[in-house]
Amino acid sequence: MTAASLRIDTSPKVSDEVRKTTCYMCACRCGINVHLTSGKVTYIEGNRDHPINKGVLCAKGASGIMQVTAPSRLRKPLRRVGPRGSGAFEEISWEEALSQAVAWLKPLRDTAPEKLAFFTGRDQSQSFTGWWAQQFGTPNYAAHGGFCSVNMAAAGIYTLGGAFWEFGAPDWERTRLFILFGVAEDHDSNPIKIGLGKLKARGARVIGVNPIRTGYNAVADDWIGITPGTDGLLILALIHCLLEAGKVDLDYLARFTNAPHLVNGAEGPEQGLILRNAEAQPFVIDRRTGQPAPWDAPGVEPDLGATWQGHRTVFQHMAERYLSPDYAPEAVADRCGVPALRIRQLAAEIAAAAFDQPVVIEEPWEDFRGNRHPNMTGRPVSFHAMRGISAHSNGFQTARALHLLQIVLGAVETPGSWRMKPPYPKPMEAHPTPHWVARPGQPLSGPHLGYVRGPEQLAVHPDGQPARIDKGFSWENPFSAHGLMQMVIPNAHAGDPYQIDTLFLYMANMAWNSSMNTAQVMEMLTERGEDGEYRIPRIIYSDAYASEMVAYADLILPDTTYLERHDCISLLDRPISEPDAAGDAIRWPVVEPDRDVRGFQSVLLDLGARLGLPGMVEADGRAKYRDYADYIQRHERKPGIGPLMGYRGDGTEEGRGAPNPDQIARYIAAGGFHQAHVPKGARFFKPWNRAYQDWAVALGLFDSPQPYLFNIWSEPMRRFQLAAEGQGYLQPPEALRPRLRQAMDPLPVWYPPFGDEAARDFPLHALTQRPMAMYHSWGSQNAWLRQIHGRNALFVPTAVWEAEGFEEGDYARVTSPTGQIVVPVAHMAALNPKTVWTWNAIGKRKGAWALDEGAPEAKEGFLLNHLISELLPPKADGMRWANADPVTGQAAWFDLRVRVERVGPRERAEPQFPVLPRVVPMGGRRA
Amino acid sequence: MTCLPGKTDKALGLVIDLDTCVGCQACVTACKGWNDQGYGVPLSDQNPYGSDPSGTFLNRVHSYQLVPDDAPPLVVNFPRSCLHCADAPCVTVCPTGASYKRVEDGIVLVNEDACIGCGLCAWACPYGAREMDMDAGVMKKCTLCVDRIYNENLPEEDREPACVRTCPTGARHFGDLSDPESTVSRLVAERGGVELMPEQGTKPTNRYLPPRAKDRPDQASLLAPLLDIKATGLAGWLDRVLDRVLGKI
Repeated sequence: MTAASLRIDTSPKVSDEVRKTTCYMCACRCGINVHLTSGKVTYIEGNRDHPINKGVLCAKGASGIMQVTAPSRLRKPLRRVGPRGSGAFEEISWEEALSQAVAWLKPLRDTAPEKLAFFTGRDQSQSFTGWWAQQFGTPNYAAHGGFCSVNMAAAGIYTLGGAFWEFGAPDWERTRLFILFGVAEDHDSNPIKIGLGKLKARGARVIGVNPIRTGYNAVADDWIGITPGTDGLLILALIHCLLEAGKVDLDYLARFTNAPHLVNGAEGPEQGLILRNAEAQPFVIDRRTGQPAPWDAPGVEPDLGATWQGHRTVFQHMAERYLSPDYAPEAVADRCGVPALRIRQLAAEIAAAAFDQPVVIEEPWEDFRGNRHPNMTGRPVSFHAMRGISAHSNGFQTARALHLLQIVLGAVETPGSWRMKPPYPKPMEAHPTPHWVARPGQPLSGPHLGYVRGPEQLAVHPDGQPARIDKGFSWENPFSAHGLMQMVIPNAHAGDPYQIDTLFLYMANMAWNSSMNTAQVMEMLTERGEDGEYRIPRIIYSDAYASEMVAYADLILPDTTYLERHDCISLLDRPISEPDAAGDAIRWPVVEPDRDVRGFQSVLLDLGARLGLPGMVEADGRAKYRDYADYIQRHERKPGIGPLMGYRGDGTEEGRGAPNPDQIARYIAAGGFHQAHVPKGARFFKPWNRAYQDWAVALGLFDSPQPYLFNIWSEPMRRFQLAAEGQGYLQPPEALRPRLRQAMDPLPVWYPPFGDEAARDFPLHALTQRPMAMYHSWGSQNAWLRQIHGRNALFVPTAVWEAEGFEEGDYARVTSPTGQIVVPVAHMAALNPKTVWTWNAIGKRKGAWALDEGAPEAKEGFLLNHLISELLPPKADGMRWANADPVTGQAAWFDLRVRVERVGPRERAEPQFPVLPRVVPMGGRRA
Repeated sequence: MTCLPGKTDKALGLVIDLDTCVGCQACVTACKGWNDQGYGVPLSDQNPYGSDPSGTFLNRVHSYQLVPDDAPPLVVNFPRSCLHCADAPCVTVCPTGASYKRVEDGIVLVNEDACIGCGLCAWACPYGAREMDMDAGVMKKCTLCVDRIYNENLPEEDREPACVRTCPTGARHFGDLSDPESTVSRLVAERGGVELMPEQGTKPTNRYLPPRAKDRPDQASLLAPLLDIKATGLAGWLDRVLDRVLGKI
């Protein structure tokens, strides 16, 4: 029999309506088409018009439908009624919840605003939450960058005036060689995948430098399975090879970097700073005259090789350092786990890609000196990196080394190389410095987070005490541009540097996978002092889901899901720009919540109004904003500049213009986003390109043109090194001098990650990464995604697998200097031989996320967090250093050292924790 | 016993690039999302929040390790779904005629009204490409999004399978493999696209583009030092480098 003539409906109606909004399944912020049928979400796909994802969507995005219906969604405000951590809550009304919060917060603001610590996790509204905290007046605000990738952000800003993350992109259309360092699947998730696809389609080369060959490294044409923590050494060896062969872009270095600036060679308080003229400006030696000339004057030909009155150029210092045999491939090969020949081959391949076939775009342009260039010539080699190299205690310098490699190749902001997205390029000098002085009843005088230029900007009181609860911007981590969220609970628990009253967290699972040393953090949250009160007296938490953190809060403010809320993805914050266009976007409630929940940002505005915070109340004390949507449309950070750039004023103005009450409606009609395109002639060489600078000013990104030079030599770093050497009136604590001298080197440097001190007893490196289908996701309990990644094992390289006699089904005891876990193992060949790893954040605590207690995530799933302490083991003098980068305070997750021992088959991973009492019922069937 | 059409007008299918697939699972959930509300019964999930969640997926991605003798180990991500075989054993084994291959485009479909859920087709498929829906008791499989590719309610550019539309790396291609001039046929020709397990005699329509040769660094041209820096010192190197910028060499 044959049924080939069966008639089926091949044109069914797809849905009643499509609503276009922005995804929030991770940090990528793709455009999505949400299909609705009978008022319910029935299908989600990528928005083809959207600049980020161009129609495609990742596994998370397409699973968003399971997030909107997840049984773990919180339903109503909750107030703790039993002991903290017991899960005993009562449901309360929003009025009760908000009154309670105000009753706690108002006295703090009136007397000691610093006693509120407000930290947000996967927050995409940091320009708003930061502003709120600023108006409250507490210095204690940051998001989660401190344990994410602040090294990458700060090194980028201090060096290039722009960073990897999603703030730049390889020139996917033109690059011939793309080199990816370390795990980097999340920033930018879909754009990198789209870009890799383009490279693959036209046969461009992709090289992966990563201890683990999965994901992007699996498709790389070449894989360099480097030993963790040694990327900086490899990069500096590459620079050695390039310098040795003269394969560097000298014209680029002379024109666009501080390579020709003179370094003060005279001993004393100015030694190592950039030499300045009477106008306090750096200057260069003009090759035409041999005389000093302004760095930015027309026609000047800066001499890279100049020596003037005994002071040598940055270029000479750089060459001297990296030409040293210490950086020869043969000297670094063993430490990197990469043969010297392989390093030399890589250097040759990079040089060939950069210099043998330059990309030329026939577009004339004019630089900031007034020099006209007939075309745009670039180096088609590009790089990307994120936390893989960043989450080490040498991560800042490693990220700087990578940027130096880009610079010597002339491979930043040139055709074919790596390009920045507006509002970047933006030099360090255009960023604020940290503001931290708390005064009762007063707002802070400026934003919390910023870029320190020297010791005088540290957030440290005259008595040497750090002003921030996380000790951000202190001598322990001077450039902590994202704060140190991972230190908030330990420090608040210890009352060091002072006691706080209320810990206010948003979307941050600090009682589980977002903390190091998770078990102890749970104790810190529940421990009482001698007076019987909790050491952290009050905890307010906002989340949309029953995460592990919920049980440890006193007051729960339930948030909406991402399809039920307003948001703006703003140029003031982290926009959706592309190298050729500034872009911003909105979220809007494509469905209404079916629970008694409220968007957190609207709640925050309500709280702000009740507290009478400046900017949130009218003169008569009434609330200024109805809700977050109203704020998005009417708030002005400066006159004419608001959260959204599109459709300002009468709807025709872009960037600058009066608030427009129809702005959100216009965004919705336009598909949820807006783009302002960089004009022709302005698309490359942006930091130095007059046409770009003028466009950026017109759009409101800057108030005046901000041309600048890349900082090969970092003066802010040298200022701290000088202090460590005893110069200046602000001096670091004695114990910190040696490490500041080492870490604040003004030229990129490599030193072993601090974790390596434990190498003798703990011979293996241990890493984590999240699977692409869950990266940066708040939804790993998702009904579909957990079927894909519901289990994790410790992947063990072949030699260790064989030496330990592991067999399938076995467990291993994994021991670090500070902890021990027992976990399932699996064999993996495509792995650095000194490295083990697992998928992160699969492990769940029993009872959380509306999952069954027998869920594999809770039974066999595990976190490496238990092995990682926020402090390193005591040194000889009893001091315990933070397990962090000494420059930025970034949590050094990837410094972890372990040893593994076979324990045979087991039923469950250890440690196990008591079942969390449920705040929502266990999930049953899916919607 | 169900008959196959001798010849189909077209041979619609997928060409999947294993050199480009990063294993991100986007196609897996896009397929799940579309087909949960698309052709036939929804793709159910059992114990979705329980201790042993399992559901119906028409497309799954597996990762395999290869350990060559003379090169570093490899990981290959391998998406697996129905290959819409010309000699589809799942069709001929079907006792009710529920499984059939369309004459007009070669798509292998299940008429769910006629499916008795016996599971013979899943046993017959050498690729493991069919999944019984445990709630509905009918056999589910890739339809090549037959309810998208001709769907006049969709914009023309969206008339392709959900997995192809969503694939972030563009590793999935859809088209008529019986037309040698089609994009997919040309890709197969250029990249040496292969049938999966041809020895099974199923004549699959889908093709896989194999991973390109990897880990073959250029042995030939290492960078030559400008000069003997040990002998000349930094000053000599500097002179040489800066001569170059001045165009003297």
